[in-house]
Amino acid sequence: MKRSSWKEYQKEIADDRYYYARSCIRQNFFPGSETTFLRIMREALGKDIFDDPRHTSCTGIGYHSDIVPLDTTMAVVARQFALATEAGYENIAVSCITSFGLYTEILETWHEFPETEARARENLFKATGREFVIPKNIAHTSDLVFHNREKIEELAVRRLVDARTGEPLRIVEHIGCHYAKIFPKSGIGGSEFPYVLAGMVEQWGGSVVDYPERRHCCGFGFRNYLVQANRGFSIANSRKKLESMAPYKPDMIVANCPGCAMFLDKWQYALAEMENSTYGADGRGIPVLTYEEMAGLVLGYDPWEMGMQMHQVDVEPVLERLGVKYDPAAKFLGRAGKYIGAPGEAAVNSFSGDRIYRIRQ
Amino acid sequence: MGAINFGYTVSAARAIDLDRNDLGPARQIAAEMPEFAACIACGGCTATCTAGALTNFNFRMVQTLVRRGEYAGAWREMNKCMLCGKCRLVCPRGINTRGVVRLIKRKLGDY
Repeated sequence: MKRSSWKEYQKEIADDRYYYARSCIRQNFFPGSETTFLRIMREALGKDIFDDPRHTSCTGIGYHSDIVPLDTTMAVVARQFALATEAGYENIAVSCITSFGLYTEILETWHEFPETEARARENLFKATGREFVIPKNIAHTSDLVFHNREKIEELAVRRLVDARTGEPLRIVEHIGCHYAKIFPKSGIGGSEFPYVLAGMVEQWGGSVVDYPERRHCCGFGFRNYLVQANRGFSIANSRKKLESMAPYKPDMIVANCPGCAMFLDKWQYALAEMENSTYGADGRGIPVLTYEEMAGLVLGYDPWEMGMQMHQVDVEPVLERLGVKYDPAAKFLGRAGKYIGAPGEAAVNSFSGDRIYRIRQ
Repeated sequence: MGAINFGYTVSAARAIDLDRNDLGPARQIAAEMPEFAACIACGGCTATCTAGALTNFNFRMVQTLVRRGEYAGAWREMNKCMLCGKCRLVCPRGINTRGVVRLIKRKLGDY
């Protein structure tokens, strides 16, 4: 396959009937995003997607940290497939990039080394009495939103443009490494021209920022942050990206990986506290959104219902640019109107005259 | 700022960024001793170095870093040189290596 032809590469994405595999990180740090995804798929698009409370972690974090052995990981993933089989679903929609990469890696391993599949089947049967059929289609949930981007545009109540000027919002898109860097064929556009997020941004009227470190890792890694002493390496990667994108004055970052969204968001807080560095053009941090949140805003969903108050970097500047009507007083009220607590003041969210947008020299 | 102890700091990048490095001192050294730029990094100087046999002093490495604007530690490293001049005898480009050592020490004392 010629390098340039990857630009046109489209992976196969099933249209309907998905078994939903949730993400450990997102359920903790962006809990509203997965709910928003289900709402978009079911309410807006009328798709059949099964949210199964029985499925577990894929073990990806433990596997990539050399804590969980490959055979254990294969048995756990085989159990997820068995649950999908039992529920009558042939397609799997994976919320997490790490899980998506892991499922893809395991299917490739089983394809190349059939004895490993036989061993996984045996281990699963001995442990749980379950059997499975290999899924026909595995897609990341961002693939599904990309797949339906035109229908979402038809239902949109707003576009990704500045409500005051009509100018497209400048959006940095960040793709998780395990989306297509392991197996290029698993991602739209392969590993070199991933179009999954850029396609959504362009379809909904935004402008994609192309900057030098666009394909650099966010620094999430696994061992890079699990050990506290190693986190300096993780945050250095995020800083490299933030420094590279800052001159283009992006309005927001959108990511399709749980770890990327989490670290690009939370490291901005740590960098502001450690070094007094902020990277947004207004002197504050750059808001980091998940693609579901971006799609939800386009569809007119309430930002607090989507859990956007859970972000470390305040999202209000983006909401105001988009002309989203929101109730500031309701930001920290839960669904029943119960106060959920507000975070303390953070340098990344406090604009003052002497804290200006600066690029480290 | 700095009120929170996170238990780690931002790691310094190992990449050499020529766009950000201050190449002024390197250019001054090259202007005073143009042969400084003629080095082909063969390593003959380091191989024959008396100080290098006793310490981890590596003249080729230091002068390469200085040409790239990476001056940290260069002065201290150059102090390991005993100015014996063996390197000058073996240099295939005829560079006055002792002179380079002295010039680097003079120019980069502040780094």
